[in-house]
Amino acid sequence: MSISPPPPGWFKAPTGGERTWVGIALLWCLLMFLMMPYWHFRGKQNSTGEAYRVAPADFAARVERFVESNKVAEDPQSKKPIVEPAPGGDAYLQARMWDWYPVLRLKKGQEYRLHISSLDLQHGFSLQPMNMNFQVLPGYDHVLTITPTRTGDYRVVCNEFCGIGHHTMVGKIEVRD
Amino acid sequence: MSSVGNFLPNQSRTCDTTGLPVCLTAQFFIKAHAVCAVVFLLVGAIGAILLALTRWPAVQLLGPTWYYRTVTLHGINMLIFWILFFEVAVLYFCCTSLLNSRLFSRGVAWLGFVLMVVGALMTDVAIFQGRSDVMMTSYVPLKASPWFYLGLILVAVGTLIGVVNYFLTLYIAKRDGTYDGSLPLVVFGATAAAIIAVVAILHGAVALIPTWAWSMGWLSEPPDAAWYRLIWWGLGHVSQQVNVCAMVSVWYFLATLTTGAKPLNQAVCRTAFVFYVLFINLASAHHLLVDPGVGATWKIWNTSYAMYLAVLASMIHGFTVPASVESAMRAKGYTKGLFGWLFACPWKNPGFSAFFLSLVIFGFMGGITGVTLGTQQINIIAHNTLRIPGHFHATVVGGTTLAFMGLTYYVVPLIFRREYYARPLARIQPYLFGSGIAIMALAMSFAGSYGVPRRVWDADAGANLSAGANLMLAGVGLGGTLAFIGLLTFILLTVAAVFFGKKNEGRPMTAW
Repeated sequence: MSISPPPPGWFKAPTGGERTWVGIALLWCLLMFLMMPYWHFRGKQNSTGEAYRVAPADFAARVERFVESNKVAEDPQSKKPIVEPAPGGDAYLQARMWDWYPVLRLKKGQEYRLHISSLDLQHGFSLQPMNMNFQVLPGYDHVLTITPTRTGDYRVVCNEFCGIGHHTMVGKIEVRD
Repeated sequence: MSSVGNFLPNQSRTCDTTGLPVCLTAQFFIKAHAVCAVVFLLVGAIGAILLALTRWPAVQLLGPTWYYRTVTLHGINMLIFWILFFEVAVLYFCCTSLLNSRLFSRGVAWLGFVLMVVGALMTDVAIFQGRSDVMMTSYVPLKASPWFYLGLILVAVGTLIGVVNYFLTLYIAKRDGTYDGSLPLVVFGATAAAIIAVVAILHGAVALIPTWAWSMGWLSEPPDAAWYRLIWWGLGHVSQQVNVCAMVSVWYFLATLTTGAKPLNQAVCRTAFVFYVLFINLASAHHLLVDPGVGATWKIWNTSYAMYLAVLASMIHGFTVPASVESAMRAKGYTKGLFGWLFACPWKNPGFSAFFLSLVIFGFMGGITGVTLGTQQINIIAHNTLRIPGHFHATVVGGTTLAFMGLTYYVVPLIFRREYYARPLARIQPYLFGSGIAIMALAMSFAGSYGVPRRVWDADAGANLSAGANLMLAGVGLGGTLAFIGLLTFILLTVAAVFFGKKNEGRPMTAW
């Protein structure tokens, strides 16, 4: 019984179906254990976790320099600058209550180093409708090496609670040929 | 039992149904903690229905301020207060009745209980005052009222004191030789839960005490955001493993009470509990899979190597628990076909149906989604979407809460010694609640795979939700409503039984 002390000699190896099940379960766990690192390298879909410490004010200054030197237009809806980074170069996206700044225009098939950080609270970078999600922390420059593979306008939704205006925090990334 | 208990004169009774000894001091504190647990469950449940009806786009009941406030309230009351109060009650029962022992100290129990109650009220008041809309996770540099953090710290300290009282009771039971040989399996599992609770609470202290000091103005800078997440999840995830251990112990307990189940091999069951203790803390790394600040190697090692040993533990229990029921049922003569034993199970007994539904919902829905979300590849398309709450409503609500409800159908007649009214309603309650939660959790998971974020008042504000996502959010509303009806039924039946139920002192409880 589970509710009384076990009889003497209870400590013994499993037998029969139980032994088989433990074996299958263990094999399955080992398979999963191998799959995750394997697909990290084979699938090349994951961030390596590249990140640097950065003071929010310094990051804001870098974003401003990036916008000034790469601005190509102004988004008619949000009045935010549309910025086109050099292919293969650095792109910056700044999160703060409650907007993403600036609007990025990227070229399909080109690789970018996308720097994301927050000036105030934690935010969530959620690229829709791709559904790709990253955590954005103040004090950390999160560098994602990305290559857009499909053209179109993508929305950047905030999916980490950041105060009363959280649900209004929507940005944009344009991917062009 | 051949051994003699260590009860003081007139401080114990023998249960008229199970023949187990009951320490009267423990009985008082089991009642006190259970009553508080159900009160906080009600608070959380009112939050739950408001949230379900807000996420349902066609209804959107609350405005943004009260939506975010209610998410905070719901998370804290359900995941912390309801579950912790109930778990301390479970611990006090296990270390006394199952070990034939008295509770170590009435004074220590009072201290822990009062701290928990004061802390919980403090945090709830701080939430209602509106200066603590920070979600359950209270990620810095989001700042809550100091009372919010202080309340949580007091609840944690109170729980820790309860856990210490548990360990000291284990000590005096061993010292006084109140039982022969090894701990019963259910107590072993509860002990695993208690050990993990200590780990969780220490992480909580490390994360929340500096945050509280910062909210008081004693520290000029908040804790580092990445550091806070790392440590906080040492509380946030590890405490879920306390729930798993407690729930699995309750499964074994209810399986024994309702079908006379006997585990095939206790060494296997106990090893699985040890795996939880050893490996689950590392698994909390899966909350940081898309974070900056920790590298890919760290993430993969901590989420795969160690988590899968904890997964192995759950896969083992997923076999041993139903196997213990099967062997008991077959021994009673229900040997027809492969599943004859299963059909013959006491499905009308809410203690059994709640236990078995909890096993199925936790294992199939919660376990599979959890392992999936915890891989680096899939986490990237799931992090902070509704897939996450879809997962943990299957584990903590469909699993832990439902198992605790099943236990309550025995706690009230055996500890409060009152009978339930409206027994047909009690018989269907686990099905009502279980199916509501299953529908809601599935709908959340699917909505999340359409990209709908969690914890957002209006998912459509910028996301231009697809028709599929809208449909799934309606499913969240409908499933949530069904679950709420099931939950309210449970609370009303239990309150009616505790306060107005027919006394059954001196005779066995009416069988379910």
